[in-house]
Amino acid sequence: MASFTLTVNQQPRTVSVAPETPLLWVLRDSLHLFGTKYGCGMGLCGACTVHLNGVPVRSCQLPVSAVRHTPVTTIEGLDPAGRHPLQQAWCDHDVPQCGYCQAGQIMAAAAFLKQNPAPTEPQIDEAMAGILCRCGTYLRIRAAIKDAAKASGGAA
Amino acid sequence: MNPAASFSRRDFIRVSALVGGGLVVSYGLTGRAFAQSPAIDNTARAFTPNAFIKITPDGVVTLIAKNPELGQGVKTSLPMILAEELGADFSKVQIEYGRLDAQLGPQEAGGSMSITDNYQSLRKAGAVARTLLIQAAATTWQVPVSECSAANSCVTHAPTGRVLTFGELATKAALLPLPDENAVVLKRPKENKLIGNRVGGVDNPAIVAGQPLFGLDQAVPGMVHGVYVKCPVFGGKVVSANLDQIKKMPGILDAFIMEGTTDYYGLMPGVAIIADSTWASFSARRALDVVWDEGPGAGHSSAGYEAQATRLGATSGDVLRNDGDTAAALAAAAKTVEGAYHYPYLHHATLEPMNALAIPQADGGMQVIAPTQSPEDAQSVVAKVLNLPKEKIKIRFTRIGGAFGRRLVNDFVAEAAALAQHVGKPVKLTWTREDDTQQGKYRPVGWHFLKGGLDASGQIIAWQDHFVTIGLNSTQNAGIAAEMSSTELPCRFVPNFRLERSIVSTNVPTSWLRAPGSNGLAFTFQSFIDELAHAAGQDPCGFRLALLGSDRVLSGTGRWDPDYNITRMKRVLRHVAEKADWGKKLPKGSGQGIAFHFSHGGYVAEVAEVSVTHDGILSVKSVVASVDVGPIINYSGAESQVQGSIVDGLGAAWLQEISLDRGRVVQSNFHDYPLLRIDAVPARIEVHFIQSDNPPTGLGEPALPPLPPALCNAIFAATGKRIRRLPIASAELNWA
Repeated sequence: MASFTLTVNQQPRTVSVAPETPLLWVLRDSLHLFGTKYGCGMGLCGACTVHLNGVPVRSCQLPVSAVRHTPVTTIEGLDPAGRHPLQQAWCDHDVPQCGYCQAGQIMAAAAFLKQNPAPTEPQIDEAMAGILCRCGTYLRIRAAIKDAAKASGGAA
Repeated sequence: MNPAASFSRRDFIRVSALVGGGLVVSYGLTGRAFAQSPAIDNTARAFTPNAFIKITPDGVVTLIAKNPELGQGVKTSLPMILAEELGADFSKVQIEYGRLDAQLGPQEAGGSMSITDNYQSLRKAGAVARTLLIQAAATTWQVPVSECSAANSCVTHAPTGRVLTFGELATKAALLPLPDENAVVLKRPKENKLIGNRVGGVDNPAIVAGQPLFGLDQAVPGMVHGVYVKCPVFGGKVVSANLDQIKKMPGILDAFIMEGTTDYYGLMPGVAIIADSTWASFSARRALDVVWDEGPGAGHSSAGYEAQATRLGATSGDVLRNDGDTAAALAAAAKTVEGAYHYPYLHHATLEPMNALAIPQADGGMQVIAPTQSPEDAQSVVAKVLNLPKEKIKIRFTRIGGAFGRRLVNDFVAEAAALAQHVGKPVKLTWTREDDTQQGKYRPVGWHFLKGGLDASGQIIAWQDHFVTIGLNSTQNAGIAAEMSSTELPCRFVPNFRLERSIVSTNVPTSWLRAPGSNGLAFTFQSFIDELAHAAGQDPCGFRLALLGSDRVLSGTGRWDPDYNITRMKRVLRHVAEKADWGKKLPKGSGQGIAFHFSHGGYVAEVAEVSVTHDGILSVKSVVASVDVGPIINYSGAESQVQGSIVDGLGAAWLQEISLDRGRVVQSNFHDYPLLRIDAVPARIEVHFIQSDNPPTGLGEPALPPLPPALCNAIFAATGKRIRRLPIASAELNWA
């Protein structure tokens, strides 16, 4: 066990865990931030996607000891009011079916739109191909990302 | 007369429900006790005319969503039905969800039956409440009830424009005697304001904010984390394990062997590890070394099953149905076609792995909070495993991160309960993805050895199917979801029809996967019909319409085999052909395929369009679906179900297979059991509903079965290659 002070959603959080513990389980078990999901544990499904200094990472593959002071953003901290354009677009398009993958989808899309505020459909597909949705909500994910891009001022 | 004296017990439950916070009080009290109580006075009361609706004087309308939500949308659509008849403002209602409660009737979500089973009863429940609220308003205003109407959670007196909110009427409505629910007037379809609209899922805001809605998100104080490791060969037992070493690992609180049972659907033998965190339990699991008694299943393999099936297919099986004289018709046919079809085991692969939280209770009972599709079954399974009466088992169900039938089996719930009983603490059991993939309850593998005969005009005159299916360690009884109805099309559509069946004894537990039976049969039969259409030199759509024949209704045998309305099926088939521009000219390497299927009371036809490069790279350009499930409750949810079923069907038919080697499931995670990714999804998936005025039926399943054959038929049209074996990824599609 070791003590780590992380910056999660702009708050300092100190946890005492084994150094190799993936960030995913620190978020879920230690900090009770359950929005970040466990899907595969191998970086294959993307349900655990969070931002590390704005960059999307698979939190199931990232040991807590490697995080250090890099700011971590989870779905709970994406927008203070839960009104990020993507969150709004996800509701407008009624994207979720079961909903389990959607936090990972939104976090991946949010990082992507920062890089590319006006993406084409093939670019959206390329950026989102690593995040699995078992229910098959992909058509609405595409539409919601396009809408959010427009709402954020990106041309479509 | 004291007004209370004439109250029935039912009335008592209703009215007393309100006093003191709106919870239903004990059923054991008598009406007499009630009459003596000071409950009837002028204090504010909630109005709870039945178990599904509660309106408090502050105006909050609470509606019950009675069945588990697993992505099929019933947490939104079932309350919509209540709200429609009630006249509630749906944007402001509170939804209550998640408790197994006998008052609510059957709560299992399976077989696409949630809408079918609840539509009428929920409408009546809403209409009863509306009738009473209107009556309360009419009494208040001293006007006829016929001059009052309910909408937006208010009752309005049209002639004077007076308005009272449901909240203002709650106390008065609570004291009115209940009308007969069969006597209340239901809305006519054209009066609907909510049903048929696009309504977003009620949990969407919480989902996009990452709130803890799912089973895996549940936690209680004092909770410990558990994993449960079973033999990789189904049915195997524990001989020994390195428990001493495991117990010394960091964060490990306990490790022990559970003897379990021989019930593949209940608690099997295994090793439990209890830890202070999920990660500690997963880490210890990797260090766990178990000596297994693998049992006879260790010699089983997919290759072995296939060899047996092929051998059986060359012989005769049990005759399940024999219409006319198939042998004679085949001998006399102008043309015959043969095809051996195969579909593999499939896994449900829900993105949320199996998990449950079991909490020992002070009375010796157990509470379980779990993502289960069948709370009733969960209660029974836990009662059996813990040897407790059912009354001692309390079940709460969470929102579910995908189910597709997997969570109709409550093995994971049984395990959590057994671990919690053993350690005497709340235990959160989490299956790893590998556990989930390798300890599944799979869609059964199947083989069909088909012969078809055409007459000179190109009509199918003979159809023979030797269906080789599987049994769970049995050659006599087919496994779960491995049966086939002997009324499945084209039975009853072909004069000489013979269905034989043989069973391969296997050691793989099976269960219902989205559109059970249909998900393999539609691929097989709609593909073979396509072969016959091409052999007859006919258009595959016109050939199918001719096969369906005249407008009529074929009688079913009941709940799981409903009447088959040929008119409705032909209508969706013609409709999809029109919408997809069926028969349009396409270059070689591109093609359209068509298929239809009737299941779960729903009529669906689909057209897929694909292109295949010379070296065999497949891409799916579009899918168009036409669907008749009667009136649509939530247009957005319904459309999403069809889109999702199409994507699901694409992934399954194209990519997925579970195989067995040395008795073990070979696949373990999403690298070798892939889900379809967004970049493989066609740009266009078009969904059309034909909203007939038949009773509404469910939509979780019926849009999946036509997709695999539509896709394979399109591949044939593009390349001339007939897919008789799934998944498609195992086939070479290159063409010259």
